[in-house]
Amino acid sequence: MKKIIILGATSSIALEVQRQLARRGCELLLVARSPHRLAELQSDLTVRGASQVLTYSADLASIQQHAAIFEFAQRMLPDFDTVLLAYGSMHNQKDAETSIDVLLEELQVDFVSSAAILTLFAADLERRGTGCLAAITSVAGDRGRRSNYVYGSAKGGLSLFLQGLRSRLYPSGVRVITVKPGPVQTPMTDHMPHAARFADPGQVARDIVRALERRSPDVLYSPKIWRFIMTTVRLIPEVIFKRLSF
Amino acid sequence: MPGQSAVRKQLATLPSTEQVLSWGRYPQLAPSYVHKPAWNDEVPEILKGAAPGALLPLGLGRSYGDSCLNGGRELIDCRRLNRILGFDESTGVLRCESGVSLADILDVFLPKGWFLPVTPGTSFVTVGGAIANDVHGKNHHCAGTFGDHVRQIALHRSNDGMVICGSEVNPDMLRATIGGLGLTGVIAWADVQLKRVAGPWIDAELVPFHTLHSFLDLSHESDGRFEYTVAWLDCFAGKNPRGIFFRGNHAADRGKPFRLKRGPKLPFALPAWMLNRFTVRAFNTAYYRFNEFKKGPAVVSYQPFFYPLDSIRQWNLLYGRQGFLQYQCVIPEAKLDAFEELLDRIAHSGMGSFLGVLKQFGSAPPAGMLSFPRPGLTIALDFAMRGERTLQLMQSLDEVVQKSGGAIYPAKDARMSPAMFEASFPRWRSFVPYIDPKMSSSFWRRVTGAQD
Repeated sequence: MKKIIILGATSSIALEVQRQLARRGCELLLVARSPHRLAELQSDLTVRGASQVLTYSADLASIQQHAAIFEFAQRMLPDFDTVLLAYGSMHNQKDAETSIDVLLEELQVDFVSSAAILTLFAADLERRGTGCLAAITSVAGDRGRRSNYVYGSAKGGLSLFLQGLRSRLYPSGVRVITVKPGPVQTPMTDHMPHAARFADPGQVARDIVRALERRSPDVLYSPKIWRFIMTTVRLIPEVIFKRLSF
Repeated sequence: MPGQSAVRKQLATLPSTEQVLSWGRYPQLAPSYVHKPAWNDEVPEILKGAAPGALLPLGLGRSYGDSCLNGGRELIDCRRLNRILGFDESTGVLRCESGVSLADILDVFLPKGWFLPVTPGTSFVTVGGAIANDVHGKNHHCAGTFGDHVRQIALHRSNDGMVICGSEVNPDMLRATIGGLGLTGVIAWADVQLKRVAGPWIDAELVPFHTLHSFLDLSHESDGRFEYTVAWLDCFAGKNPRGIFFRGNHAADRGKPFRLKRGPKLPFALPAWMLNRFTVRAFNTAYYRFNEFKKGPAVVSYQPFFYPLDSIRQWNLLYGRQGFLQYQCVIPEAKLDAFEELLDRIAHSGMGSFLGVLKQFGSAPPAGMLSFPRPGLTIALDFAMRGERTLQLMQSLDEVVQKSGGAIYPAKDARMSPAMFEASFPRWRSFVPYIDPKMSSSFWRRVTGAQD
């Protein structure tokens, strides 16, 4: 793992992953919307040891821009070996229930556009028969809950998509890693109650980097306790689950 | 996420407040709303939306009292503003955002052969906090304060946008921000001059001493030969305290592989009764004997030398749920009798604690308008918070300090009177025009009687 493309480089978990990769001297290609923020990251990661930091400013939610992103990656970092998809959005669930626009935007960002760009990069890695695709979904995708099912269904859909993609790419030797973080302290969750008790993005990033480096579970829960919690949550019969308000 | 009720979900849409504690866990003020910008470009919006006197920037919260708190108002948590924006290998000047911690700087730059120009006794402070408190370290006698090594800063101001301050442009604003307790605005980035070192090793020496005069002799004798000097003091011993004098210089590279150690963590606040005069006295004796045994020169890693307490995370919980107060003052060297009086009062109170730290400041002019270090002897002591009698003891120490013409360190203070502040910083009123109209702090309102 030496040449890594990060889709959604300004997300909190990505920031920490990038620092740890920089420390290892990796080459990075960062994709995010804000050119100004990308420039900040470029200097930060270079000083921290990255051997090269390329940036490309684009809106990943917009599928029209994907071809240009892919073309840039192929031109500037043709032998990339890892792609990490780290972007996502979480609106207030209530807004997504009342506004179809919000609902569609959430599905577009967290599922549709993610599946689209992963397909683009998957084909390239499959052709070369090497490398690793990783995407950050969420434990919220393991079961549809009253309070968060729109975000949950998009992330859950992405998890299923990755599951199938993993099987498709298995013969070619390309690894697919599904990362399912529990609640993490990021700007996305700052407004939530008990945010102070959520996991530290640095901890989740350590788990991700370890998973990228080694042969490890196809589905990574981080912190690890969430594998146990979600196994339990999945076991609750629907007849009971539908009555629960969380 | 699981466990979250519908009611809580509704509340979540309202701005949430949290009770923020400083390192001493005293005072426990009204909850604050905490802004957590992840990028510098989000800060102007926060400043714009705030009421006058509503805001205060916050770093890692290592100030002991209320200088980093803004009870009932708003805080800007700067920890996510932690990018390194550039480094000049030829000059050693680092440009970084204000939320970068000193530990992070050492992590990145020590392997490249650069060290902090000045470091306090913990590496878990931000660059912004180090500037705002104009922190000092064991090398004050030869290197001055942190602010002496800040070449330039960019400041988000609510009324005039981003202001660059350096020795050529806005030098007054730079001098106001150094030691300015975060009141002059939010530091976007700072240029800090790092120092070349051969490696992470320190040629250290431990010298036991038994009287205040022998401490002074040691200190005078060491100033020319040692870059770093500090002493630990057993404050139960009164006028002629025993202690251990630590001194050291950066060592030539030893080439040994260097690994960072992650220490244990205190998981919860200890019951208050565990720290009493007997256990503390026993600890102090054991600590003294242990170091007396180790006396003489040795080569040690920078971590135990500079940051002995960083290896125990959350050590502040040692003092129990009520928290603790740190008392740090400086007394002119000519007023040695006042210093003895101070030690006497502490010893008689029987309330002192393990971490008595003694250091002789150098005589360089201060870097900031409200800088604390000035020529004299400084002592820092912890006192577990035991209510009124703790506050009364500190009040009685204030009398001694005030009479001697000394000063109290705002970064450590949670209770000094406005009169004591006035005595410590007689020229604070000339600092007031530099305060950002949107900024205020619990400390500032307490010591100046300002309403916003």
